[in-house]
Amino acid sequence: MSVLEVAGLEVRYGDLLAVDGVGLTLAEGETLAVLGANGAGKSTLLAALAGTHLPTAGTVLLDGDPVTRVPAHRRVRRGIALVPEGRRLFPSLTVEENLLMGRYPRRFGPWDLRAVYDVFPHVAEIRDRRGGVLSGGQQQAVAIGRALLTNPRVLLLDEVSLGLAPSVVTQIYDAVRRITAEGTTALVVEQDLDQALRVADRVQCLLGGRTVLEAPAAGLDREAVADAYFGIAAAPTPAPAPRPTEA
Amino acid sequence: MDWLNAGVQGVLLGGQYSLLACGLSLIFGVMRIVNLAHGVLAVLAAYLSLVLVQQGLPLWLAVVVVVPVFAVLGYAVQRGLFNPALAQVRGSDSARQGSRGAGELAPLLVSFGVAVALTSLLQEVFSADTRKIPTGDLASAGVPLGPLSVGLLPLITLVVAAAVIAAVQVFLARTATGRAMRAVADDAGAAAMYGVDPRHTYAVATALAFATLALAGVFVGMSTQFSPGYGDLVLLFAFEAVIIGGLGSLWGTLLGGIVLGLAQTIGAQIDPQSGVLAGHLVFLAVLVVRPGGLLPRSVPA
Repeated sequence: MSVLEVAGLEVRYGDLLAVDGVGLTLAEGETLAVLGANGAGKSTLLAALAGTHLPTAGTVLLDGDPVTRVPAHRRVRRGIALVPEGRRLFPSLTVEENLLMGRYPRRFGPWDLRAVYDVFPHVAEIRDRRGGVLSGGQQQAVAIGRALLTNPRVLLLDEVSLGLAPSVVTQIYDAVRRITAEGTTALVVEQDLDQALRVADRVQCLLGGRTVLEAPAAGLDREAVADAYFGIAAAPTPAPAPRPTEA
Repeated sequence: MDWLNAGVQGVLLGGQYSLLACGLSLIFGVMRIVNLAHGVLAVLAAYLSLVLVQQGLPLWLAVVVVVPVFAVLGYAVQRGLFNPALAQVRGSDSARQGSRGAGELAPLLVSFGVAVALTSLLQEVFSADTRKIPTGDLASAGVPLGPLSVGLLPLITLVVAAAVIAAVQVFLARTATGRAMRAVADDAGAAAMYGVDPRHTYAVATALAFATLALAGVFVGMSTQFSPGYGDLVLLFAFEAVIIGGLGSLWGTLLGGIVLGLAQTIGAQIDPQSGVLAGHLVFLAVLVVRPGGLLPRSVPA
């Protein structure tokens, strides 16, 4: 059975139909990358999956149970954790207190403080600093750690690379690779195709709120992705992905 | 000697102001609501204790009853009145886009409505006569402190104020619920993503604030002649203590209460008519010189 199963999802912002009939499935341990340009509906899709913005139609099943209308604070207790766009750390809380907020939903499992500090050793060194004074990369590491501490069935990552230096993005995705390799089921929304392909098993492209391409990540035709991105043919091929530094 | 006495009396008076201001500071720190009903609610707690004492309950038992009753009342007021008003400020997209409602001012206006309605109600039920909670000889008892004699009741008030503020501070700093409260104060939407129900957490904060306010109200009722309109003065002094100390900082509120008490007693020492005025002037001076208050915001937010 799929961990996450979404069908016919429709999400509106006022009059704008941001997500228009999207369906997707996530199998246990799988990582799906949702790609698309700005305004394609990626973040809105994640908001609907996390329960921060409820859909107007469609269904979201978590381990076969409908959670479509469950509000965010109860959905995270069921096992859907979102690393939101812009990280949204609690600025007045220390790093460790930010991480401990991940324990508030009381889902205990393999991810505890020690496991998070193992994946992000530099986070352990800044545990007493306030969330509001961190660099973007530090914030992102803490935000991912905070989500892991909820021991999610599905980890949703929204634009992890946004606003970070390329070298920092690579470090963060190294960590994401380790996390997904250990069996965490994840859905990654990303504009950076190369980074997304480093972690994804499958990709799904959105354009104008609809799915325009679904393909396995291995052997992916980059031109097809580029076409899907912009809805036009003959888009330039992105530069080849840097090789991962570890297995 | 008179100056020393004025200083000691000022610190003791500050204890009462700090206790009164604690709940105001907490509600502001967590929700950014200025609760204008704070003063009259403290007076309501005083009336409630008075009624219970007149029914023959010992005072300590009246306190044990009134404080939890106010906690429940606080939870209900938050869920029923303040949360809907807050939803107009932050809430759904439609409310934000629409021009209906009072927007940013909604919570302030709702608390103003509660304040005027409750004041009228108290006048209806208890008349405008001044009352005082009978304390036996507690109100007049003194303890020698060096060359001075210090009132036992003000001393107890100060100790209780410091203990309550320390306890609330420890609760916020060390417990999971307190941490969630600070997280909600920072970013309610992000807190919801981590399992915190902002509406419930706000209500717990208000319940706690109302409990401390009830306790403060009983101490006011024991030391002062009060009437339904006395809430205005209570609100004013509590508000000044919060601002002097620094918005949203509980240790600052303790300090602010003491500074206000000192200003009033020292001012009265200079000119017996000018105590309250001196307090207001210190308040104004702090606003001009350090608009953020004496202590920077620590916890919450």
